[in-house]
Amino acid sequence: MRYFLQRLGFFVLSLMAAITINFFLPRLMPGNPAEAMITRYKGQLNPMALHSLELQFGVSNQPMWQQYLAYLNNTFHGNFGLSITYYPVPVINVIANSLPWTLGLAGTATVIATVVGVFLGVLAAWHRGGVIDSILPLVTTFTSSIPYQWLALLFLYVFGFVLGWFPTAHSYSAILMPAWNGPFIVNVLYHAILPAATLIITAIGGWLFGMRNNMINTLGEDFVVFAEAKGVKDKRLMLTYAARNALLPSLTGFGMALGFVVGGAVLVEEIFSYPGVGYQLVAAVQNEDYPLMQGLFLIISFAVLLANFIVEMLYGRLDPRVRKGGANS
Amino acid sequence: MADETVHPVTPVEKRKRFQSLKAFLSNGKARVGLVIFVFFLLMAIFAPVVSPYDPNDTNFAQLAAPSARHWLGTTGSGQDVLSQLIWGARTSLTVGILAGVLSTAVAVLIGMYPGYRGGWIDNVLDTVTNIFMVIPSMPLIIVIASYIHSSGPYELVFVIGLTGWAGGARVLRSQALTYRNRDFVVAAKLSGASELGILFGEILPNMLSLIIHVLMGGIIGGIMSEAFLEFLGLGNSSVISWGTMMYWADAGGAMLMGAWWWLLPGGLAIAVVGMSMALMNYGIDQVTNPRLNTASKKKTRKSPKPGGVEIVEP
Repeated sequence: MRYFLQRLGFFVLSLMAAITINFFLPRLMPGNPAEAMITRYKGQLNPMALHSLELQFGVSNQPMWQQYLAYLNNTFHGNFGLSITYYPVPVINVIANSLPWTLGLAGTATVIATVVGVFLGVLAAWHRGGVIDSILPLVTTFTSSIPYQWLALLFLYVFGFVLGWFPTAHSYSAILMPAWNGPFIVNVLYHAILPAATLIITAIGGWLFGMRNNMINTLGEDFVVFAEAKGVKDKRLMLTYAARNALLPSLTGFGMALGFVVGGAVLVEEIFSYPGVGYQLVAAVQNEDYPLMQGLFLIISFAVLLANFIVEMLYGRLDPRVRKGGANS
Repeated sequence: MADETVHPVTPVEKRKRFQSLKAFLSNGKARVGLVIFVFFLLMAIFAPVVSPYDPNDTNFAQLAAPSARHWLGTTGSGQDVLSQLIWGARTSLTVGILAGVLSTAVAVLIGMYPGYRGGWIDNVLDTVTNIFMVIPSMPLIIVIASYIHSSGPYELVFVIGLTGWAGGARVLRSQALTYRNRDFVVAAKLSGASELGILFGEILPNMLSLIIHVLMGGIIGGIMSEAFLEFLGLGNSSVISWGTMMYWADAGGAMLMGAWWWLLPGGLAIAVVGMSMALMNYGIDQVTNPRLNTASKKKTRKSPKPGGVEIVEP
């Protein structure tokens, strides 16, 4: 229970930090770019929208703390203002339309990369010094050093344009109507293969590496040596004794790994014109649509922080030592 | 007088460090990584000498495929791709190295120092570090960069360096924690060495390999982030870097016209430099964590355990 409250506290704290960063960034920047944007849109947007923009970006004479409270109030009610790119659509609607795509794409890619990476890491550590262990890390040091955009462009070029095996843009074919039926789901999956493959390939290396190193440390532990001496079968030793224990420290890197995947998703969605939050974020940046940009940053942060919180809860269940305290770092 | 009591420790540490360096160089992967990195570094330094043409010269045939005159062909506006790649190394490596140094310095200040000192400052900074670890950094960098309009390479250094320190700070902190009560630190304390003296004279040398580890991670992170921002048009696209090369190739429709020689070199260079960093890190891992040194069991036994520092992978 104490562990739960502690992690919940951290979740709330980090969320507040993200919200606060979001609040202060436009106000701290030299020349206040948001103010410049608002001036530019005078006469183009209706006065109400302009007023809400002014409130959002602090172009008002209210004291800072009042602005902050008003901002918090708006944020908690999902009121992020109106998007300028899609004027007069509220930012929250743009988010609602794009978030499921990213959750599906980045979520699935993360899970697959984690499972495959961890499994390969176990294999590499088990056969350390062998062929697998000398080739796999080499291949993955290369794949994890590839910039997302490069791999995405390469895939798009080779499999999309040259070979024509996969669609080159969007999340489903324009002729289909979104529905929960077979053809549509297959179509969506078909469109997701290239972007997901990009994310998976660049993310596997990190998991493999972390798992390999943890696993080698675990294999040196007394209980593993003892089990081996006792005559426990190899497979059981590898999976039940070593891998299970080595997995826990790997999981702590999940939050950061997810952050990277989300960063990659921004580029991948942009290149494949995949209509998720990353694609919208780039569009918002290019159109200087600050309300949309800030709303998207908050929702992305929220999703990552929440996922991290869930993993920590899971971690607490898997490793009683964490719950009982003493492992704060 | 106080210094003399401390001194006997230092020469030993120094010899150990030298051995670590030798062990690092005896590692095949680390050597390959070092050679690749030095190659790119020399390319960047001597760009004016080795570059065949002016990278901005647009007087060549447009979109020409690789040939004897243009080893990597030309861009859509008729620039020599190889020359761009060579000059791009300058910008990309400079931004990467500066951003890496900056983020490592911040990591040392926020992670290592409080980790050694402890107390409420440590608690606060540790929480701050953990928060920055979980807030997705790329979206944050995008938001910051878009507020700073048309930012040049040096603004990017600050944006990248000041957002990318959290992972390093955590690794350094957890390592510094273990030094708090080590004998040689206690001895230095008792002999009246100042806190900063202990930090820089005793702890820093012992953590040097880990700091280099963090630094190299920071450098490759910096190069990647620069390419990331430039690709999205958030940097200054008139500066030649590996990131802007990809930006122009993508914006100029290199893919539609099948100009792979324009599309691929920038990203490939980043991947190769990134790999060289990873290989060197691999070598450092093997040196600092003897358990990982399994590839050559005979060698391990002969050479004494260097450092004995275990790296806690995040």
